[in-house]
Amino acid sequence: MATTATSMDRAVPPEAGPRSFVHRLRHGDEVAHVLTLMFAALILLVTSLLVFILWEKSHLSRAQFGWSFLWTSVWDPVFGHFGALPFIYGTLVTSVVSLAIAVPLGLAAAIFLAELAPRTLSDYIAFLIDLLAAVPSVIYGLFGIFIVVPLMRTTIGPALKHTLGFLPIFSGPNYGVGFLTAGIVLAIMIVPFIISVSREVLLTVPRDQREAAMGLGATRWEATWKVVVPWARTGVMGSIFLALARALGETMAVTMVIGNDPKIVASLFAPGYTIAAVIANEFTEATGDLYLSALIELGLVLFLMTFILNGLARLLILATERGGGRPS
Amino acid sequence: MRKFLVSLLALCALTFTAQAQSGTVLLNAAGATFPAPIYLKWFDVYHTAHPNVQINYQAIGSGAGIRQVLAGTVDFGASDGPMTDEQLAQSKVKILHFPTVLGAVVPTYNIPGVTASLNFTQKALAGIYLGQITKWNDPEITKANPGVKLPGDDIVVVHRSDGSGTTYIFTDFLSKVSDEWKSKVGKATSVNWPVGLGGKGNEGVSGLVKQTPDAIGYIELIYALQNNITYGAVQNAAGKFLKADLNGVTAAAAGAVKDMPADFRVSITDAPGAAAYPISSFTWLLIPAQIQDAAKRDAIKAFLKWMMTDGQGYNEGLSYAKLPKPVVVKEMKQLALVQ
Repeated sequence: MATTATSMDRAVPPEAGPRSFVHRLRHGDEVAHVLTLMFAALILLVTSLLVFILWEKSHLSRAQFGWSFLWTSVWDPVFGHFGALPFIYGTLVTSVVSLAIAVPLGLAAAIFLAELAPRTLSDYIAFLIDLLAAVPSVIYGLFGIFIVVPLMRTTIGPALKHTLGFLPIFSGPNYGVGFLTAGIVLAIMIVPFIISVSREVLLTVPRDQREAAMGLGATRWEATWKVVVPWARTGVMGSIFLALARALGETMAVTMVIGNDPKIVASLFAPGYTIAAVIANEFTEATGDLYLSALIELGLVLFLMTFILNGLARLLILATERGGGRPS
Repeated sequence: MRKFLVSLLALCALTFTAQAQSGTVLLNAAGATFPAPIYLKWFDVYHTAHPNVQINYQAIGSGAGIRQVLAGTVDFGASDGPMTDEQLAQSKVKILHFPTVLGAVVPTYNIPGVTASLNFTQKALAGIYLGQITKWNDPEITKANPGVKLPGDDIVVVHRSDGSGTTYIFTDFLSKVSDEWKSKVGKATSVNWPVGLGGKGNEGVSGLVKQTPDAIGYIELIYALQNNITYGAVQNAAGKFLKADLNGVTAAAAGAVKDMPADFRVSITDAPGAAAYPISSFTWLLIPAQIQDAAKRDAIKAFLKWMMTDGQGYNEGLSYAKLPKPVVVKEMKQLALVQ
């Protein structure tokens, strides 16, 4: 009774026990695992290689200037004095100005497209806005030179001076090119990102949230602003930081409209300079090892700035997630 | 799949054999952007006349060209500014400078209501770019332009934002005519400008000047000629106000030939001579004095010889100035040094 083993006992179906390596290999699991791991590791490898190269090639400049590179204002290739401060200032100012213009604009447009517009209209407009995000930055630069710069010089600048000219940020001569123009052009470039991502996120807010708000007597606007947007705020903030990342690194469009003058001036009408612009302008003709090294160190500074800002963004998103909203 | 791999292999084999044709000399050169149009024309014409010699030129900038020559990754280089002593010392092989064409820089301006061609004294240009002369009706400018009504507006100074040979020529000129410029700013492809907006490339500068009232900028003569941009006259060392043209540029080189050093690393801005345009410059090919590959050496020497004689005939067509005869004579002597 117990001694005769039936065929049923001896034949263990292959799926029941632990799968053999060969089985997993032949059925794609292991391959998929290894391949995807390799690609992920490759990205990390490329990034660390990038940082390593930046660090390595800038050693001449780091040895010469040390930390003072970050707060020196001079950029003199002839006498070998280099400092990053005007470029850091320019990068931050243009990014802040562009965010100040793009965020209200983008968020308002996203709210309109997600909440108020009929769905088909919203889809068509969203498609057009995605197209706007695909336009190359040089085209924005040309648009800036031929349209925004003359507009700034003849219309917007004088209007701002007339009304708000007492403020230090609107003082000084207005050439058409400058921080404000660069900020406007950058804002036009980054607004599609904000609209596109925010709209998607707002559309995922569950209907019962809206309906609950309305059920409690909220108006349409109150429901949107006090319930829907806070629910989606991590996504919206993510879109803002995505836009900021683009603004920080934007090169061609900025260098065409910012005036390319490495000076720290309070006025937004004054010409300025950003890190990406100066690297693009001076890299090919940089004779001299210290000069080249200083430019590469600027690249390292920009990388660190982007890294820090993204880190802060992550922390901010984490903090707001804990305060409620869409469960992560 | 197999068929695809086989045909791919066959294609690779074909391309490799195509490149390894016997007798073809392939030369790689890189450097300055200013003379790139004439160089590309020369290399093309020369290849048609000598099909076994192919010269490949990449206009990556003078600085990058010098670096490639020092690293030995190209057969020869091109630069708008001569190599410095430190750079020459870095090279394992001696590098010879061969002037090829001449370029010039002209001042362009946009003053509302002024259509006449303006004369700029040397002090006026230096003062404007130092930020010391701030208004168009400054006596330094008005005294050279009697009869022209200049407004009392602030001058908007425009310069190049990118590193370029044009800036090198212009700052070299300013360093010669103004001691203050020399000590404060100096000459280079990129400098610390005391004042002014930066435009990228000749297009950027001329675009900014055209759009901004009361602006002054400097651009290459060739660019001004080809785009019909009005420019002013500059006072030369002999005191005459000259509007730049190809003859004036060649005259500047001829005027400087007496004091020209044997290695041609000379600046010909502010050259003596009544007909010399003061903001002119050579652009050079950087040739190693020792070339191991005999075929490459002979090809380079033959090309240089052609360039100095027949090649100069193509300059005017592209608005570059020719080398004057005395310079060509001297260069032929230097050609013998390439071994």
